[in-house]
Amino acid sequence: MTTMSDPPRAGGFRLGQLINDKRYRAYTFQFLAIVLLVIAFGWLINNAMNNPTLEQIGIDFGFLSQPSGYDIGQQPIPYNSQSTHLRAAVVGALNTLIVAFLACVTATLFGVIAGVLRLSKNWIIGTLMAIYVEMFRNIPVLIWIIIIFTIFANVMPAPSAFRGEDPEAAPLFGMVAFTNRGVYVPRPYFTNGIGAQEAAEVEVDGVATLVAQEVTSSANWLIVIGVLIASLVVARIVSKRANRIQAATGVRPATLWPLLAIWIVPIVATLVALGLKWEIPALAGFNFRGGIVLQNPLLALWFALAIYTGAFIAENVRAGILAISSGQTEAAAALGLRPGRIMRLVVLPQALRVIVPPLISQYLNITKNTSLAIAVGYLDLTGTLGGITLNQTGRALECIMLLMAFYLTFSLIISAVMNVYNSSVRLKER
Amino acid sequence: MSDMHAESVAFVRETALPPAVPPIAERGAVRWMRINLFSGWINTVMTLIGAFIVFWLLSGLIPWIVNGTWEGDSIRDCREILQDSGGGCFAVLRERWPQLLFGFQYPEELRWRPSLAFALLFVAVPPVLFYKLPRWMLVITAVFPFLAYWLIWGGTAISPIFAALGLVAGYLVFVRVEKRGLVAGLLAALVAVVAVWWLGGALADEFSRSLRIEAVPSRQMGGFMLNLILGVVCVSLSVPIGILLAMGRQSRLPVVKGFSIVFIEFVRGVPLITLLFVANVVLAYFLPPSTNFDLILRVIIMITMFSSAYIAEVIRGGLAALPKGQYEAADSLGLDYAQSMRLIILPQALKISIPGIVNVAVGLFKDTTLVSVISMFDLVGMIRGPILSSTAWLGVYWELWAAACVLFFTVCYGISQYSQWLERQLRTDHR
Repeated sequence: MTTMSDPPRAGGFRLGQLINDKRYRAYTFQFLAIVLLVIAFGWLINNAMNNPTLEQIGIDFGFLSQPSGYDIGQQPIPYNSQSTHLRAAVVGALNTLIVAFLACVTATLFGVIAGVLRLSKNWIIGTLMAIYVEMFRNIPVLIWIIIIFTIFANVMPAPSAFRGEDPEAAPLFGMVAFTNRGVYVPRPYFTNGIGAQEAAEVEVDGVATLVAQEVTSSANWLIVIGVLIASLVVARIVSKRANRIQAATGVRPATLWPLLAIWIVPIVATLVALGLKWEIPALAGFNFRGGIVLQNPLLALWFALAIYTGAFIAENVRAGILAISSGQTEAAAALGLRPGRIMRLVVLPQALRVIVPPLISQYLNITKNTSLAIAVGYLDLTGTLGGITLNQTGRALECIMLLMAFYLTFSLIISAVMNVYNSSVRLKER
Repeated sequence: MSDMHAESVAFVRETALPPAVPPIAERGAVRWMRINLFSGWINTVMTLIGAFIVFWLLSGLIPWIVNGTWEGDSIRDCREILQDSGGGCFAVLRERWPQLLFGFQYPEELRWRPSLAFALLFVAVPPVLFYKLPRWMLVITAVFPFLAYWLIWGGTAISPIFAALGLVAGYLVFVRVEKRGLVAGLLAALVAVVAVWWLGGALADEFSRSLRIEAVPSRQMGGFMLNLILGVVCVSLSVPIGILLAMGRQSRLPVVKGFSIVFIEFVRGVPLITLLFVANVVLAYFLPPSTNFDLILRVIIMITMFSSAYIAEVIRGGLAALPKGQYEAADSLGLDYAQSMRLIILPQALKISIPGIVNVAVGLFKDTTLVSVISMFDLVGMIRGPILSSTAWLGVYWELWAAACVLFFTVCYGISQYSQWLERQLRTDHR
C-alpha cells in the first residue's frame, strides 16, 4: 500500500490537497458529513422548538406518576385504574414479554416440526407442510392475528353452552374449558406452603365453587424453581463426571436412570410436601370462576405469532439440515456411530450453527410483532404506553420515545447475546 | 462352424426377449404409493393422518365455496338464499369489490385511472426484473412513476412532467461534467435538477389549469390500491437509500460509518408500528408549521426509512460476500473509491443481493397492512372499518378475510417465485 500513496511533497500542506489528495479528502468528506448532519438535525430541532403545540405543553415526563384511570385485562402484577401511568406501562411491558416468550417457544416447536416434516419422504405430509409454510409466509401477520382472533371469538362456545343437564359443550377432561371469552385452565396452589390457607367453598349464584383465595404465595414458586435449578446443577455434574470417565477409560457409565431420578424425585417430593392442589374452573353464574383464564386476545396473538413465525422457522430449519452435507452423516456412520448419536453428535451441532442466528432474528421479529396486539385489544406496551396513555395525556413525543427505547434496548440485548453465541460456535478456521 | 452349430442346436433366439412387465406392486401408481406413502408403518400412519387432515380441510372448504352465493344485498339476503347449506356469502365481495380495491372515497368515475396505472405497472416493471428484455424498455420504467402519479393523484400534468425533466436534465449535466470528477458532476447535476424543478414549480402555479385532470386528494386513497402504492413507492425509494447506507456502513470514514450503524440499528430495533405512530403524531412537530405534509406522505417517509435499513443490511451482506480480491483488483487498477464501487463492486454485490432485496420487498408489502392501525383505510382497514361495521354486512368475516388472503397471497407468492427463479438464473451464471 505504501507504494501507492504519493511521496510526501516538499513545501508541506496545501489547501488544494483537501480535495485532490486521497489522504486528506477523507477529512473533507467527514467534515461535510458532520456539517450536513448538524444542519439537518438543527433544522428538525429548531422546527420542534418553534412548534406551537410543543411550545405550549413542553416536554415533561411528570405524567408517568399520575393515576392512569384505565383498566388492563391481563395483570401480571397488581394494578388498578388508580395506579400510575408508569405502572400501566410496566404491566404493558410484562404483557409484551409474556406473549413474546410464549410465542417464541411455540413457534420454535411448530417450526422444527414443520421443517423436519417438510423434508419427509412422505408425499402427503411434505406437501401439507409446504402448503402451510407458503400460506403463512405470504399473507400478512396482521391478517392472521385478526382471523385467529375472529375464530376464537366466533367458533368457541359461550359459557352458557356449558350449563344445564345436557350441555352443548363440556370442558376438556373436565378441567380445561374453551369458551368464546377465553380458555380456563386449572390453577395450581399449595396447601402446606408459606402463607397457605385452605381453599374456601364460596357460593356464587347458588353454585358451590372451590376458590383458592390468594393461597399461593410466590415464595412457594421460588422454592419450586430453586429445586429445579438444584436438579439441573446436579445433573450437569453427573454428566460431566460420565464424560470424564468415558474420556479416561472409554466406557461411559450408565446415566439414564440416575439422571431421571435426579430430575423427578426432588421436584415430586417438594410438590407433595407443599401440598400441591389444582383449582378447577367451574361454571358459576354467567361465567367460569376459578382457575387461570387465558383471555382471547392473548391466545389469538400467541397462536397467530407462533404459527406465522413457525413457517419462517421451518424454512430456517430445513435450510440448516440441508446445509449439512451427506458426507458428514456417512463419515459418522463409517466411524460406527448409531443413528441417534449421528444426529446428536455430528449433524445437530453443525446444523445449529446455521439455524440459530436466523432463529434468534425470528425471535426478535416476534417481539417486534407483538406490538400488533393493538389490533386485537391485548394491552401490551404499545397498547398501554403508546395507546391509551398517549391518547389520555397527549404526551405523544414522550410516550413514543419511551416505547422506542424499550424495544430498542430489548433488541440490542438480544443482538448482543446472538453475537456472543455466533462467535462461540464459529468454525475455528486458520 | 456356424453351419455345424446351426445343426447341433435346435433353436436360437435371434432377438432379445422384450423385458417382462414388472409386478403390479413395482410399477405405476402402486409403486409410487409404496415408496412415497406406505414405505413403513411410521410412514403409513403419517399418510393416514395427512389424508385425514386433507379430508377435514376439504370437507369444510368445498361446500363453503360450491354452495356459496354471489347474489343478495345484505347478510340477511344471504342467509335466506343459503338456508343453512354451509355455503359462503360471497355476495359481499361482488357488492364491495371496488371498495376493497380502491377504498370507499376514491371517486367512482375516476377508478379507471388507478386501474390503468396498475396495468401499466406490468409494462414498467418487467424490464427491471427480466434482464433479457431489450434495454430500451427501461425508458418506460423511467417514465412510469411520473405517469402513475399523475393518473392516481390527478391535477395538472406540468408538475410531474417537470419533475421528470429535472431528473433528465440532471442526468445530462452529470454525464457532461463527470469527467471533471464525481463530486463536481454530482453538484452540477444537483444545481440543474433544482433549477428545472423551481422553473416547473413556477410554471405549475402559473398554468395550473392546463393539462389538467381532476385531482384526488391523498386522504381518499384506500383499499388494496393503498397497499400497492405504499409497497411500490417505498421499495423503489429504499433501494438507493439502502445502497448508500450499506456503503456508509462499510466505509472507512468514522463519521459516515457511525451514522449509518446508528441509523440501521435504531430502525431495525423498533417495530414498524412505532415508526407509524411517529408518522401519525410526532413527525408533524419536526416539520415547519407552514408545510402541510399529508399523512400518506409522512407514512411513506417512515416506511421508506424502515425498509432502507433492512435493504442496507441485505446489500451489506452482498458487499461482504464479494471476495476481497475484487476490491484489491479494483485498487490495483488505480480506480478511486467511486469508480471501483460503480464499475466493479456494486454490480456484483447487487446481483448477489437481489433475492434478499426481493424478500425484504415481500415483507414490506405485507407490512403495509399495519397502516390500518393508524386509521388509514387500506385493505385491512377497509374490511375492519367501513365494511364489517356496516349494517348490511355485519358478521361476514370469513369471505372478506379470505378475499384479503387471496389478494396478498397472489402478489407475495408471485414475487417470491420470481425471486427463486432469479436465484436459479444467477446460480447458473456462477458455474
